[in-house]
Parts: sequence; C-alpha cells; structure tokens
Amino acid sequence: MTTAIVDYGSGNLHSAHKAFERAAREAGLAEVITVTSDPEVVLDAERIVLPGVGAFADCRRGLDAVPGMVEALETAVRNRGAPFLGICVGMQLLATRGLEYEITPGLDWIGGDVALIEPGAASLKIPHMGWNTLVATRDHALLKDLRTGPGGLHAYFVHSYALKPRDRSDLVAETDYGGAITAIVARDNIAGTQFHPEKSQELGLSLIANFLRWRP
Amino acid sequence: MLKVRLIPCLDVKDGRVVKGVQFVDLRDAGDPVEAAIAYDAAGADELCFLDITASHEDRGTLLDVVQRTAEACFMPLTVGGGVRSVEDIRTLLLAGADKVSIMTAAVKNRQFVREAAEKFGDQCIVVAIDAKKTSLPGAPDRWEIFTHGGRTPTGLDAVAYAQEVASLGAGELLVTSMDRDGTHAGYDLALMRAIADSVSIPVIASGGVGNLDHLVAGVREGHASAVLAASIFHFGDYSISEAKAYMADAGLAMRLDPPRSGPHHRAD
Repeated sequence: MTTAIVDYGSGNLHSAHKAFERAAREAGLAEVITVTSDPEVVLDAERIVLPGVGAFADCRRGLDAVPGMVEALETAVRNRGAPFLGICVGMQLLATRGLEYEITPGLDWIGGDVALIEPGAASLKIPHMGWNTLVATRDHALLKDLRTGPGGLHAYFVHSYALKPRDRSDLVAETDYGGAITAIVARDNIAGTQFHPEKSQELGLSLIANFLRWRP
Repeated sequence: MLKVRLIPCLDVKDGRVVKGVQFVDLRDAGDPVEAAIAYDAAGADELCFLDITASHEDRGTLLDVVQRTAEACFMPLTVGGGVRSVEDIRTLLLAGADKVSIMTAAVKNRQFVREAAEKFGDQCIVVAIDAKKTSLPGAPDRWEIFTHGGRTPTGLDAVAYAQEVASLGAGELLVTSMDRDGTHAGYDLALMRAIADSVSIPVIASGGVGNLDHLVAGVREGHASAVLAASIFHFGDYSISEAKAYMADAGLAMRLDPPRSGPHHRAD
C-alpha cells in the first residue's frame, strides 16, 4: 500500500516524509510512503497527502504548474475516494477561495474562504505561531485516542490565514486564538489540518497513524 | 490557548556543538543531532541551530546535521548563521529546517527580507536582531543594530529596524541583547518590550539568561512570545522540563505534554 505525498515545489517534504514513515513504523503498518510529482503515482496511490507552506496563491500556482496533477487529485480523491490529508496550506487549498494578497480559487472540495485571522484582542500576534490545544467539534477517526481540550495534547501551528468552512459540519476541531480558528476539517474521504502534524510530536505522529489506518 | 515557547539554541561549528553540551547520557555530546534528540525528548518547543562555521564553503556539514535532525525530531527547527541568499534559504528548508534566521544579509539589503518572505512565506523567515544600547544614561533608551558578533555598528535604530523588517514580511524576530549575551544577568527587558510592543509579529527573546526567573521575565516584562537560551541548558544548570514547570508555576501558559518515550528517540 502506498501513501503519496505530493511534491509541487512547496516546502519541506523531507520532514513530512520522515514523520509519515516513522508513524507507519511505530503503528506496525507496512505502508510505503513516497514523495512524488508524478500524477500517475498519485492516481495509483492508496492514500494521498498534500502538504504546503507559503502563500495560498503561490501554492495554487505551484500545484497547477505540475502537468496533470490537479486532474489526478480530482480523479483519485473525488472519483475513486482515496483517503486524503491536506496539511497547512495543503488544507487551505481545499477551500473555495483563498483571500491572501489576491483572490485565488482553491480546489473547492470544502466550501468556504481562507481569510486573515482577526483575533479579538489586538495584543495577539499574527502569525498564530506555536503550540495550541484542539477543541473537537465532533468525533472523527483522525482524532481516535487523542486527548483534546484545554488539558489535551498540543499541535504546532504557524499561519496567518485560516479556512472558514461554509458548512459547520465540515469542522472536526478548532483551536482558540482570540476566538475559534479551524484546526481540522473533514468531509467524506477528505481531511485537512491547519497545524503541522509532522512537527507536532506525540499528537502529530498519532494523528498521522490514524490517517494511515483511516477507512472512510 | 497558545503557549509560550521555550527554545534551546545550539551553536554549531563544522557540524559540531561548540560549547560542550553536558547531558548525562549522550553517546556523543558534541553531536548536535544527539543534543537535539535529547532536547526533543525533554519537551523543548522548538530547536534553534546557529551555524558559526567560518567558511561559507563548508556548509555541507551543517546541511547534514539539519537533515539528520529532521529525521529524528518531529518539532520545529530554526537554522541561522551565514544565510546570504535565497538559494541558502532554499537549501536549508529542503534539508529539513522549518524556519531560517537571517541577520547580516537583511541589514545590508532590506529587500532580501521581502524577497525571502515572498518566495518561502512569512512563516519561515526569522529576522535576527543583535542590538546594543547606545543611549547615554538619563537619555531616552536607544538601541542600535550591530553585526559581526556585536563588533560592527550599523547606525540603525533597533526598534525602527524591527518595524521595517516586520512590514517587509518577517514572520518572527529573534532579538538578542549584545550587552547581555553571555553575562547570565537576564534579558535586556526594556529592549525586548520596546520591540515586542512595536510590532505585530512574535518576538523571541535572547541573550543573557542565567536563571529560570529570567525566562519568566522575558515573557511577562519583555512581552516576548518565546524565550531562547543556550548555556543554562547545555551545562546542565537546568533541564528543559524543569524550566517549563517553573514557568508554568509562575503562571505562564506552557505546553506540558508528556514526553514521547521509548527507543524512537535515539538517532536511528
């Protein structure tokens, strides 16, 4: 079984690759993790991960610049139902539109916009950078056996923009930063985390293992 | 709730830790990767490597260190020292750094900050500010930016410079008081507060930590979002977990997740 991490020139795939390998090994899963920019590999993969760091528009352009990649993602994820995990901007790309610097269309798999965080208190810094806890808004396989809530485990966030799903039932978890901010979204076989599971130690590796076991 | 970050920093030269790290059970205390793994296991919130390799041509060893660290530690890693070009940043990020800290190159050419932020995103561009107090006693506080380890004055006002690089796209500022660095007398809290209060991005306080109260003061009085220290951890004066527990007892919001245990903490 293969999990494909999509390489479209955005960010640090090395640590994502290693974290997925580590999570698979610790969970006793014989999953092969491969970093690829080949749409054929994505079409055949059992599971697909879309990472992303940087600005929304840049990431969208990077994804579009790989010939056949968006089509391969549509076919594998939307038609075939392959379990999908977007990370950070890879999660934001699920939205209808990104509003960072310019208005950029997203994949529109989860309805909503990605807009600047406006924390209630002016003293709160942007980016929202560091470790924060999760508030689960519903049960989900990705959160299995993970302690959430104020006394729960922490996830590592670094972002200035956040996805606001149009339909609240697409929310799985939020985090509090001068108000609720989307932390995890999911609909059918599609999920995404605003935080970086590959940088989130215990919570991150457990969530990755949950994704590798997920049968939506 | 967002937690205060505690960041141990390692000085690395030719791929080795410069100031000896005195951990009890390290196989090789001079190996930055071993030290990083120990800090990771102890609950450090991020790690920082400062490369002080003299020759720019010998960067290969640093990249190897970054790569091996990223394979063993699943936590954010900032790497700084000698970063001069977009290509330097790209190489470090591809090796596994999450953030890259730039200093002299930003002082020389402010547009480099904008270029780097546009290319890689604000979130991974840390601008390091080394400042010394230059105002006379009794006069209003003024700090000036210095380069080359505090030897070269630039004439730049530290607070104005901080605001400028923040507006150009820096995602975070690493502010070091060159007056305090190595003194163990505590952060220059007035400097930290002057900068933290004048920018909307997070500030990491650095330079001068000698005890755990200094870490608390960096946040409470210096208004920093994160506190960085080197020697108090390397020489075993305090452990990371001790420091975090102390800061939590002082009323700061800290991440106290139980550490990951087991053999996966070794560099395998």
